[in-house]
Order: sequence, then C-alpha cells, then structure tokens
Amino acid sequence: MSTASSHSHTAAHEHAVDHHHEPGFWQSYIFSTDHKVIGIQYGLTSLAFLMFGFILVMCMRFQLAYPGKPIPVFGPLLEAILGDTAKGGIMSGDLYNSFGAMHGTIMVFLAIVPLAFGAFGNYVTPLQIGAPDMAFPRLNMASYHLYFWGGVLMLASFFVPGGSAKSGWTSYSPLATVAEFEKPFNGQTMWLIGMVILITSSLLGAVNFITTIIQLRARGMSWMRLPFFVWAQFVTGFLLLLAFPPLEAAGVLQLADNLLHTSFFLPNGLVVSGQQLAVSGGGSPLLWQHLFWFLGHPEVYVLILPAMGVVSEIVANNTRKPLWGYKSMVYAVMCIGFLSFIVWAHHMYLTGMGTKVSTFFQTTTMMISIPSVMILTALFVSLWGGSIRFNTPMLFALAFLPMFGIGGLTGLPLGFNASDIYLHDSYYVIGHFHYVVAPGTIFALLAGVYFWFPKMTGRYMNETLGKIHFWLSLIGMNLVFAPMFIQGMKGMSRRMADGGTTYFGADDIAVKLNISITHAGILLGVAQIPFIINLFMSIYNGKKVEGDNPWSATTLDWATPTPPPHGNFASEPVVYRGPYEYSVPGSKSDFLPQDKKP
Amino acid sequence: MEIPYTYKPRPDTGLYNAKVGIWLFLASEIMLFGALFSSYILLRVQAPMGQWPTVAGAWPTGLLNIPIGTFNTAVLITSSVTVVLAWAALKMNNFKAFRRYMVVTLVCAFGFLGIKSYEYNEKFTHYELRLKSGESFTGHIEVNGKHAGFWDFGSIYNLARLEKDQVSEIKFTADPPKPKAGEKHASAAAHAHEVKTIKREDIVWLDAFIPRNHTFFGIYFVITALHGLHVLGGALVLGYFAFPGSSMWKRNPEQFANRIEVAGLFWHFVDLVWIFLFPVVYLL
Repeated sequence: MSTASSHSHTAAHEHAVDHHHEPGFWQSYIFSTDHKVIGIQYGLTSLAFLMFGFILVMCMRFQLAYPGKPIPVFGPLLEAILGDTAKGGIMSGDLYNSFGAMHGTIMVFLAIVPLAFGAFGNYVTPLQIGAPDMAFPRLNMASYHLYFWGGVLMLASFFVPGGSAKSGWTSYSPLATVAEFEKPFNGQTMWLIGMVILITSSLLGAVNFITTIIQLRARGMSWMRLPFFVWAQFVTGFLLLLAFPPLEAAGVLQLADNLLHTSFFLPNGLVVSGQQLAVSGGGSPLLWQHLFWFLGHPEVYVLILPAMGVVSEIVANNTRKPLWGYKSMVYAVMCIGFLSFIVWAHHMYLTGMGTKVSTFFQTTTMMISIPSVMILTALFVSLWGGSIRFNTPMLFALAFLPMFGIGGLTGLPLGFNASDIYLHDSYYVIGHFHYVVAPGTIFALLAGVYFWFPKMTGRYMNETLGKIHFWLSLIGMNLVFAPMFIQGMKGMSRRMADGGTTYFGADDIAVKLNISITHAGILLGVAQIPFIINLFMSIYNGKKVEGDNPWSATTLDWATPTPPPHGNFASEPVVYRGPYEYSVPGSKSDFLPQDKKP
Repeated sequence: MEIPYTYKPRPDTGLYNAKVGIWLFLASEIMLFGALFSSYILLRVQAPMGQWPTVAGAWPTGLLNIPIGTFNTAVLITSSVTVVLAWAALKMNNFKAFRRYMVVTLVCAFGFLGIKSYEYNEKFTHYELRLKSGESFTGHIEVNGKHAGFWDFGSIYNLARLEKDQVSEIKFTADPPKPKAGEKHASAAAHAHEVKTIKREDIVWLDAFIPRNHTFFGIYFVITALHGLHVLGGALVLGYFAFPGSSMWKRNPEQFANRIEVAGLFWHFVDLVWIFLFPVVYLL
C-alpha cells in the first residue's frame, strides 16, 4: 500500500466524520473539545476566582484598617456562612489566616495562571500558529475540568470543621502539619488534594501546549516567525511541565505527614503547646521550602511571561511598528526560562541554609534580571517614533511597562542577601510582588481581554467604559501598593491580623497607612464595575467589527473568520513572513499579514 | 480543517503528536520522581543519629528483602522486553504474537504488584520494640492472639494504641540476629523463635515497619507506592490496548502500533524508575 493512497483514504474518512453530528448544549459549552470554548471557559472561571480572591482580601484589608470592628456588608454574611469564626461580623485571627492563605492560593493557582495560560493560551495560541485546534483536544477538556473541580475542592475547604488551610499560601511545614495535628482531615489536607488536582490539570495543559506549538505550526511558520506571544506561552509551558512536579512530590509527602503521621518535614523534638509531638521526627522543614520554591519561583515567570507576550502583541499592533529586537526578546525569554530554575532559594535567605548557598542564589537572581530588563527595554524602545493608537488595550499595555518595571526593580533589594534579611517577610515584599502581578500581569491580561474581545464575539468593547476602568484602576492600584513599600521599610511584618497596632501603636504612620490602603482598595473594586458591565453588555450591544481584522493586525489569529468556527481557518493558512511587518517601506498598506502572498 | 499529524509523522520534526506528548509527559515524571529521590538523599544525609537503636548509624539499612526485590526487578525487566516484542510483532503484521507478548507483559505487571503487596505485608507485621532496660529488638508480635495483616490496619499497634486498648502484655518473637561475616547461617538460626512475654510498662517504643515509624519507611512506602500506582496505571492501559482497544488494529494499524509504542515508552519509564529505586532503597 503506497502512502499516498492510504492518506487519501483516511482524509476521505475524516471528512465524513466532520459532518455527521450537530453537538448539543452540553457538548458545545460544557464538555467541548474546541480550544476556543475551553479558552472562554477558563477565562470566565478564572475571572470569577479573581473576583472571589479580591473579596477575600478586602475583608482582610478592612480588618487591618479597623481591627476588631465588624466588616460592613460582608461581615454578617461571613457570620451566617462560617459561624463562630466570624462572630458578630468581626474577623477572628484564625479567619484572617485562613483568608490570607486562600487569597494567595486562589489568586496564583486559580485566577492568574488559568487566565494567562489556560484562557489566552488556549484561545490565541492555535490561532496564531495557524492550527485547527490543540494537538490533544480531549486532554484539553480534561485539563479544564480538573482545574474546575480542583477549584471547587479549594472552595469547599472553607466549610470543613476548623476551616480552610491557614498556614499561608506557601504552607510551610511544620506549621501546616501541626496546626491541626489531632484532626488529620482538615483544610490543609483539602488544600493538598486540591493542589495535586490543579497540578495534574496544568501538567496536561503544558504537554498539550508544547506539543501543539512544536507539531501544528502552519506551513511556512518557522520558529523565528512565531509571534512573541507564542514564544512566551511555549516557555511558560516548559516551566509548568518541569517545575510543578516537585510541588506535587512535596504535596504527597506533606499529605503523608498529615494523614499517616510520617515526619518528612518534622524535625526531632518538636514541641507543640508544651508537649512533645508523638512522631518519629528526623525530617527536615527546609526540605519543604526547597521543594515548594523550586516550583514557586518558576511560577512567578509563569505569571509574567504570558503577560509580556500579550503586551508585545498589543504594542506592536498599536505603534504600527515591528517589535524592536524581536530575536533578542526570544533569546531573552529562553534565558529566563532556564535561569528561573536556579534562583528559587532567594526566598530562603533567612532560613540559615548557609552563606555559600545564599551567594550562589544571589548571583543567579541578579543574572535573571538581565533578560527581564532586555524584554522590557525592547518594548519601551518599540514605542519610539511610533504613531501610537491610544485605545483601551494599548492604555493597559502601556501601563504594564512602568508598573512591571517598578515591581521588578523593587525586587532587586530582595534578591540581595544583605538587604533581604532586613526586608524579608515585611510589607515591602507584598508591595513588590503585587506590583509585578496586579498592575503588571493583571493589566496585561485586561489589555488582552479588550484586544481579543472583537475576535471572540465580533463586537468591540465600549471605549468610554474601558477608559474609566483603566484610569480608576491605575490610580487605585498605585494607591494600594505604593504605601506598602513605606510600611515594609518601617519594619511592618506581614501576616499580622491587627495591622501592626500591637507592634507599632495605633498612631504610627505605618499603621495609619492601612486605612488609606483599604479605601484605595475599595476604589479599585469599584473601578472593576465598568469592566464587568462592559464585558457582558458588549457581547450583545457592542459596536460591530468592520471585518475579520479590526485592529489591522499581522498575525494569523486575525486571518480567521469572526468568531472563528470549529476548525478555525476557512482554508489552510500559509505563512510568508515574520510576525510584525508593520509600516514596511514601499508597501501600500501599513501592515503585511503573515499569510498575505508576496 | 482536521488536526494534522495525529499518527503520521510531521516531516520536519519526524514525530507524530502523541510521541512528542509522551516524551514531555515523561520529562515531567522525571521531575516528580527526581524530587522524591532528592528528598530521599536529603532526609538520609541529615538523619539524626540514634533514632533506631537496633541499627548502627543514623539510617536503617538491610531491612528490606533483597532476594525478593531482585526477583521483582527481573519480572519488571522481562515485561519491558515483551512490550517491545509486542510492538515489533505489530510492525511485522503478526497480531497473534502481539497478543501473546501483551499477555506476558500483563502477567509480569500484576505479578510485580502481587509480590510487592507480599513485601508490604511483611513490613506491616514486622515490629521494632525498645524496652526501658535499654534493650531493643525487631520481630513479630501477638496481641490478644492477633497478628497484624495487610488488609487489617486496625491491628497495627504502637504504644499509644496499647494504652488505649488497655493491653497489659504482648507476646514477642525476636528476629534471629544477623549472621556475622564468616559465621555459618545455621548457627545463627539456632537462637531463633523464642517467644517472650513483654509487659506494657516495660516498653518505651513499639511500632510496625510502617511509614510513621521512621522517615526511611516513610520515603520507602511513598516512592514505592507511587511507583506501584504507575505500574497499575500502565498495566490498565496496556490491558485496554491488548483486548478491547485492539479493534483499532483493523481500522488503522499504523495508529494502533503508535499507541503501543507510546504506552511502551511509558512502561519503560516505569521500569527505569524501579531500576533506580531498587539499588537506592534496597541495596545502599
């Protein structure tokens, strides 16, 4: 049998399969294997978790600003749902710890990563490389459903006796094990099981993304013609693939500590409430931290790389210029991917792991700032001399640059051993990483929502509401996070349920700043209302797009029908040029799509 | 448009999708077991001295059954060979031989799990006992005429459990001392099987060879159980392909052979983990 004849035979067979069924509601929207539907499922679920995580932290912020006062609106609700732990609508210390741990977990693992990787990665990556779908559509569906049920389990953990996990999103041992040693099935156990499910979900996603990008690129789509967004997703996929399993291993070991009473992370002679704990001992608390941060640091780049990818697309499109230094950016993102695996212990300078080890990680940490600055610089230089279109996606993308810049630069003192010992575990750290993730990554992702919304629905989002959303968010974000640097440098420690009153006294400026931060947080929350209205109203009432390529963009995602049907492309796309051929001298239009015949 | 390269290799990479996928998956599995092996090293290197009076040094060694472990290694390697032969049989268009080799693979897989559960049971019924007099033994116990068993976790005892159940004394059969170098086996066996009755007040520490007893058993059980789950998962997939899933052979022989290849790659990985696991926990 010749290959040619067998090929034509199967092609005809598949053609027949393509047409014989009309999927119903469950198959189209819930158990869909279409990457676009799964992308939107991820998007809506993760935005809901984003809001939930924000509400958790607003309850905590109220407690910080007004310790011991009943929380308005949410207080009675909490008392009704959670009982004595929120008696009289007042947040107890236990509840504060529980909300703190869950805010971190939800924001990182259930909101930002699924939004950046699951939603945008799923929707945009196959379109941009000219693929009909992901390489493994059913795995893709399984990945979303595991994520969803992992999230449900995390939420359910609020209701087990004793409440949810409350040992921080980092779940440091031995605290995480001994907190409720007598009741092995507690919130922490649920957290661990939930994490194992979420890790499995992201593992399936990562395998799928990398395979798709390697195997399903359209004809002519060589590696250096990939849009930067795809490169960012590709490296992110490797980070998730290789960094998450050690946390899974750590999770299994901590689960054994909780349920089987092993001592992997419990040292000898551990005394809890004046009694020696009845375990064999001989374990190492430091081991947990190593395993956790081996994931934890690449995770930071999982949060930021897709954001950089989104911003690159929007900046190139709205400056009508090629990205400056595209190739250097690609090499930089690969360097970040590699280096992110050897910087983890800069989270552990204070554990006494030794000065030699600290010096090593201090050096690698400084090294990784170089490729990050390269990407940021390339994006800044790309703006130079462009006739910039200041639409809402571009405003968010532009704000990302300095906001991420502040986040990155304030990280340097934390990367140095000497200065970190002072700043460790203070509000300075909180300010630093929130600048990276909140006005950094979240702004980039919001920019992505405004940018790709016309492709998903065939309608623009409202520009006026978008601009209100942008300016209020920008002001709110900075008023929330900038004062935290001052609090941190004054020595205010994180994880204090009374906002530092017992430590500083109520009249200290660091404590008073809590009040202004909380009010700015409320402003930030209010600023999201126009966005929510805009998102849902524009599906039906937004201005219709003029064509399939409303932003006059060059990449393949805009070469599809709007919204893209099952199978994405009307005919097989062929790529003739690089991703950002804007304002090419001598060309009639100011952009040359990748699939336009020369 | 249909998804390309589901079983035909892409010309420039030379691979079909599932093969890229399984290699990526195995890379992540290496990180999972790599983290566990690293944990093993760290726990062993920093283990405090004197936790196990019956064993010299900080880390118990020689408590696992090496002959059985060796035999199990051979069983798993055999299955790895037969799974390749099964794939090769498909490539030579010999479905009967394929099915035969798959059956051998499955027998080996479940044989491995059976032997492993025998070993687990051996550990669950084996005890470490320390007395107030400073003496310490390993051996088997009988409490109220009951032995602990694999399916009966309720009869695994420690000191707290004895106190709770108000057991006043246990019957203890100490292991024969290990033959010293040069000493004949027979003379060592002469001390064996002397049943002692031991009062609860005299006991300082009593526990079976289960995870909570020592981090050595903790990490041994966690890694081998996780490996066992991989064996079970792989065996179920291979079993599916050998019987109900083999109808694909008639529809699309090339894709079916690919599936066996991909499942085989996973099976080799499971084998490879054991090849590291065996020397690390049994021999070192």
